[in-house]
Amino acid sequence: MPGLIGYVIWVLGALLEVTVVVCALKRHAFRRYLCLNLYMLFSFVVSVVRYQVLSQCGLRSSEYLYCYYYSDAILTIFLYFALITLYLHVFDEMRVEKYVRLAAILLLAGTALFSYLVVQQSSQRMATSFVIELSQNLYFVGLVLTYVLWGAVLKLRETRTQLIQLVLSLGVYFSAFAATFALENMFPNSVAYIAPVFGCLLPLAWAYAFLRVSHDARMATARLAMVPR
Amino acid sequence: MATLIFFLSAAALLQFFISYCRSLIAASIKQPLSAEVRDVTGIPNTASGDDFARVIQLLDLCPERPEERGHIRAINAYFRFLNFVRSTVARIIPALVPWTEMERGQCTYFAAVTLDRRIAFSRDMLAQQMDS
Repeated sequence: MPGLIGYVIWVLGALLEVTVVVCALKRHAFRRYLCLNLYMLFSFVVSVVRYQVLSQCGLRSSEYLYCYYYSDAILTIFLYFALITLYLHVFDEMRVEKYVRLAAILLLAGTALFSYLVVQQSSQRMATSFVIELSQNLYFVGLVLTYVLWGAVLKLRETRTQLIQLVLSLGVYFSAFAATFALENMFPNSVAYIAPVFGCLLPLAWAYAFLRVSHDARMATARLAMVPR
Repeated sequence: MATLIFFLSAAALLQFFISYCRSLIAASIKQPLSAEVRDVTGIPNTASGDDFARVIQLLDLCPERPEERGHIRAINAYFRFLNFVRSTVARIIPALVPWTEMERGQCTYFAAVTLDRRIAFSRDMLAQQMDS
């Protein structure tokens, strides 16, 4: 990606990630949404590490490529667990916490197994192919899970505005990324800066949700459904 | 396969984006407009989508509050999307017309509430300057 625009988007994204954590700390929401905040902190650390490797080894070096894809896989797994904690928030009154955790681990293991079976045929660089495949599959699983979570929010008439905005912004993020991946497959090199820009939108929306939306704020979810209920 | 995933994820993106914009608007709907803003904008009890451009022009005249910048852009994009739906899809599916009108009206109301906040913000700043 780098180039001047690429660097600007990169720095902006990293600053927004820190902003999310600062806003959460300021509004005493850090522990309530611990996984989301840890994901943002880890994203920031990854941005710094990637920059170090990039400046030392160069954009086309194998070190940078390994660093990029392996850190991306870890970040995606982190985001997956952040999404699962949103499930725990939505279902907290139903006391199904351990079932949600178990289902999440089984789904993650299933996705990893599926990714392994897909890349099993390639004899060279199997580990690298596996992490790339796992990242892409987890993004798609994340999109489906967010869609299901949004359905649950509507069905259970969840009213916590902050939680609703966190879920919706995650939905925008996952679907935008899935669309970008698909577009890249259809027309290679057509979406150079779109994915990083989408990457900035998630921390922006989360920072807003933490800073401006009170934890006690409530809204009627029926207003948010596309089809009036 | 990529085409299918593209269309499915674009549909999901659209749905999440609309719901997100509505969640931003929903917070402002509960807030009543001051008599002053009603006079300035000419909005009575219910806002019309046709007033949106005028309210945005008035908004541009007031000093901006940094925390609102992203919202106005998101709602602006949502309003443009609604205009697009009204002039294309709604012509084929007339049932969409009242929905787009209602949503456009809510966008205008959101902009009017933001105008109200900006006027109050400007007054506070002026009062602080006078005091110092």
